[in-house]
Amino acid sequence: MRNEDLILSIDNVYKSYHRDSQIIRVLEDISLELKRGAFLALMGPSGSGKSTLLNLIAGLDQVDQGTIEIDGVNITTLSETDLARWRSFNVGFIFQFYNLIPVLTAFENVELPLLLTGLSKRERQEHVSAAISVVNMEDRDGHYPNQLSGGQQQRVAIARAIVTDPTILVADEPTGDLDRTSAENVLDLMDRLNCDLGKTIIMVTHDPWAGNRAHSMEHLDKGVLNHDL
Amino acid sequence: MSLLFFYSLRNLFTRCLTTILTTLGMALVVFVFASIIMLAEGLKKTLVETGSGDNVVVLRKSAETEVQSRIDRDQASILETLPEIAVGDDGQRLFAKELLVLITMQKKNSDGIANVIIRGIGKHSLSLRPQVKLITGRMPRWGTSEIIVGESVAKRFKNAGLQKTLLFAMRSWNIVGIFDAGDTGFSSEIWGDADQLMQSFRRQTYSSVIFRLRHSNLLQGLKELISKDPRLTLSILREKDYYLKQSETMAAFLRILGISLTLIFSIGAVVGAMITMFAAVANRTAEIGTLRALGFQRKSILFAFLLESLILGFSGGCAGLFFASLLQFLTISTMNFQTFSELAFSFSITPGIIIKSMAFSIFMGFAGGLLPAFRASRMNIVDSLREV
Repeated sequence: MRNEDLILSIDNVYKSYHRDSQIIRVLEDISLELKRGAFLALMGPSGSGKSTLLNLIAGLDQVDQGTIEIDGVNITTLSETDLARWRSFNVGFIFQFYNLIPVLTAFENVELPLLLTGLSKRERQEHVSAAISVVNMEDRDGHYPNQLSGGQQQRVAIARAIVTDPTILVADEPTGDLDRTSAENVLDLMDRLNCDLGKTIIMVTHDPWAGNRAHSMEHLDKGVLNHDL
Repeated sequence: MSLLFFYSLRNLFTRCLTTILTTLGMALVVFVFASIIMLAEGLKKTLVETGSGDNVVVLRKSAETEVQSRIDRDQASILETLPEIAVGDDGQRLFAKELLVLITMQKKNSDGIANVIIRGIGKHSLSLRPQVKLITGRMPRWGTSEIIVGESVAKRFKNAGLQKTLLFAMRSWNIVGIFDAGDTGFSSEIWGDADQLMQSFRRQTYSSVIFRLRHSNLLQGLKELISKDPRLTLSILREKDYYLKQSETMAAFLRILGISLTLIFSIGAVVGAMITMFAAVANRTAEIGTLRALGFQRKSILFAFLLESLILGFSGGCAGLFFASLLQFLTISTMNFQTFSELAFSFSITPGIIIKSMAFSIFMGFAGGLLPAFRASRMNIVDSLREV
């Protein structure tokens, strides 16, 4: 694989947690490469370490050992402040429970990441309108999260994830809290983001039906990547 | 960053009940703080406005107040001849020898009694106090048992109205007029002919002498003259300074009382704000995690929560000041410990009091919000995101 095609390169990553005096190994010797524009599903049973791996890729947590390079930036060497700044420009998050701010409208929720970009108010509004139109929520942009259905909230969350035009989108069980129809819509939307807009997506799911919608799949079991499955 | 401001504001509206209760707690403390300082300010204003910058008061040396002072008739006569005294429109010197005696009177709305000042005045006492205006009746005739009473005395004491008769110093005194002295201490006094009152109270000496200077810069020279004259064991000071000095002890006492009380209350209010903000942090753990994941720095989280707490403090300050400002319409009376007499005065609000109260309230918000905001900013992102 040519270097410029690579968007993600994980090399010998280890991660463990301390619980009292006990050390719990969560990830062991993880190595993975991903091409720009890929749509990867990280699959595995509960406790296999897939969310931990996603958190490390998204720069929410620090590795014990190894390196993670995203679009040429070794994020394991960044300070906490630099990592936060890097996240604001390079990572779009889609959470299982949408994680919208309840006191802000859909429009304001989408605008939130843009506050960190230094754009003017008018520019922010243009970006938000564009992102909201991608997820077809123009008629609901003044609504508060509690006035929206689960599927609609997840679409707003996706608009928030793409509004800064990030390098990668990370989705942690994005359909985990949705009925089948809403889940189908969300997966269709993610597929469109990947195919039409060329977004690189890494999705964690334990649902094989959702996993099959991705274009590639990796399995984690007890903290180890199983490339053979 | 107006969105972050609205984020903080809307979170407060979302927790409407706790926000109102916390704000009320802070408002109560600010109310107590502001009202006691307003009380001290009102007292000071009343006493200071009683004095005029152009007049000087002469008392016996080392006497702090007119109650403690004695001036012999011959000393008063020497003073009357001083060339520094201004001359009025009638061609006479603006000079008055006055007597000050305390009597007890029964209050109107209670069985309580209080000391009231009887001031024996001279012919020019009124011209020396232009703030004193007769509102009903007429001036007393000289050489008779006629008196006029301040509006505040007429309102608050029994038998102190127009045409009534007061019994003191073994004589009956007819009230022939009521005067208004604005927000000054004179409103709490009764005035009559000084010579008649001296006879009745069997006093041989005046309490004070008051006069107006031709030029205010003559005071220093006059002070030196009096201090060098062995016949005059007297002290001289501007009337305004005299009343300012009287107000200082009481105002300082009220201020210390107010600050001590509010310091104790404020601990409760700060703890209340802290509990509210800790609850807010606990309820919004996932939100904090989300904001951090989106790229907001720790200091942004600290600022957002601190802002909420400061808004609470600001709202409490506004509410407390609003209710405290209503006290301006009240007139209360208390013992003036310098003269041991009843003094009526109003609460007085000043820009300084508003600034101090708001600063105090915002500080309470800051103190209450700092620890919870710090805790919110130190949260681990991954752990926070799990709290859905």
